[in-house]
Amino acid sequence: MRRVMSGAVAVLAVASLAACGSSSDGETSAAPGLSGEITVFAAASLTESFTALGQAFESENPGTKVTFSFGPSSGLAEQIDSGAPADVFASAATKNMDQVVEAGNASDPVTFANNTMEIAVPADNPAKVDSLDDLANKDVKVVLCAEEVPCGVSARKVFENAGLSVTPVSNEEDVKSTLSKITLGEADAGLVYVTDVKAAGDDVVGVEIPAEDNASTAYPIATLKDTENAALAKAFVDYVLSDQGSAELGTAGFSKP
Amino acid sequence: MRARDRDPQPGSRTPWPMLLPALIAVLFLLLPLAGLLLRAPWADLPQLLSEPEVLQALRLSLFAATAATGLSLVLGVPLAFVLARSRRPGISVLRALVTLPLVLPPVVGGVALLLALGRRGIVGQHLEAWFGYTLPFTTTAVVIAETFVAMPFLVVAVEGALRTADRGLEEAAATLGSKPFATFRRVTLPLIAPSLIAGSVLTWARALGEFGATITFAGNFPGTTQTMPLKVYLLIQNDPDAGIALSLVMLLVSVAALALLRNRWINGGAL
Repeated sequence: MRRVMSGAVAVLAVASLAACGSSSDGETSAAPGLSGEITVFAAASLTESFTALGQAFESENPGTKVTFSFGPSSGLAEQIDSGAPADVFASAATKNMDQVVEAGNASDPVTFANNTMEIAVPADNPAKVDSLDDLANKDVKVVLCAEEVPCGVSARKVFENAGLSVTPVSNEEDVKSTLSKITLGEADAGLVYVTDVKAAGDDVVGVEIPAEDNASTAYPIATLKDTENAALAKAFVDYVLSDQGSAELGTAGFSKP
Repeated sequence: MRARDRDPQPGSRTPWPMLLPALIAVLFLLLPLAGLLLRAPWADLPQLLSEPEVLQALRLSLFAATAATGLSLVLGVPLAFVLARSRRPGISVLRALVTLPLVLPPVVGGVALLLALGRRGIVGQHLEAWFGYTLPFTTTAVVIAETFVAMPFLVVAVEGALRTADRGLEEAAATLGSKPFATFRRVTLPLIAPSLIAGSVLTWARALGEFGATITFAGNFPGTTQTMPLKVYLLIQNDPDAGIALSLVMLLVSVAALALLRNRWINGGAL
């Protein structure tokens, strides 16, 4: 059974290489003969952009289906290493991708986007936050991502760069739950990615962090070793890396690596 | 009781077609726990348990679960009494509504709590305007979240006991001139004591394991709102061994609670 599977994977892999080789004139995604389903594990901060990318990919490749599982990169990496059935992993930090590579579940990750941090405040900005310094004020309720997840690491880096000591009221489990505490007005401010502020629309307002204090994080993507549809997985990764993919990511607020 | 176990009555033997599914059920329920026990980094356990953050989380968990149980007793017992004794129309609808948190996904409970008691919530906004007090991100919020999820267990247990309790004794006390509250305290309460205690332990255990409502309503900050389940969830993403070790601690605490329930207060599977 196992041999039959890996044989099938090899055939598909060759097919995908052939498909890529034949389409050298910019139209990377129009690989013929793609079909089936893949599951993409992606960082919570990619929710909006990858959902849009997935829909575009599916409509360009009829007969394919891309299913996403969004969550904290660290949790996703842990799930992959425990044998979760995923075909592609897009992480919000190189650290979590390295963990998956070291465990032998992926190889040759490619960085496809960068993201920087921004202060998010509720639309009416109840605590009148207009700079990083305001977050050190004890009366301002600040929520951050937990140190265990990438956005928490970046947030602490920002405060370190700015020489500020900020005590949050809560360490949230991922960037989206940090954002929702702000959207609901329960917290006065929080540090999230630029892209999350954009995705939240009118519910939150972003306050820029000076470039010299800001921290950025790189997003690597890779196909996973145990994928049962290597061709489709590869095609999706290529699509993310294509001009169309980076245009969509740019609209969401990501910067080019 | 012992004698009956050894010498089953005719007709009480388990029909054989049930044995295999029953065995599968046992395996299904116990295998994951065995996995936890086998994979646990036993050697690191003492060191992990001496870490201040872990101790803090454990202490907070024990405190919040106990406070939630106390709150459930103060509010839940009277509620159970009303549900069991009232003949008013609509009481069965009320019963269904107040036990809703039993089946509600805890995260939904957390969202509901935020929308009611949060800073922008229908009640919470007045708390802030009048007293300058906000609930989310406080230890009180943890206790509230746990009470919301766990109190129905107590209400259901106590209400059931009240329904089956011997009303004759209460009536006798009343005839002898006992006032209603005195009757409740001195006759009814002792009658339902075993169920009350069993319900309390269940409530405590449920509160101890609460995750979804807590992380949604109270947030996660060490020493204030970070209970053991939250700590386990974050650790498992970063330091799986530590997460597994803490899961083991929670398992041991839960087993202790159940053992207490079985040996002391429950005579032969009343639960």
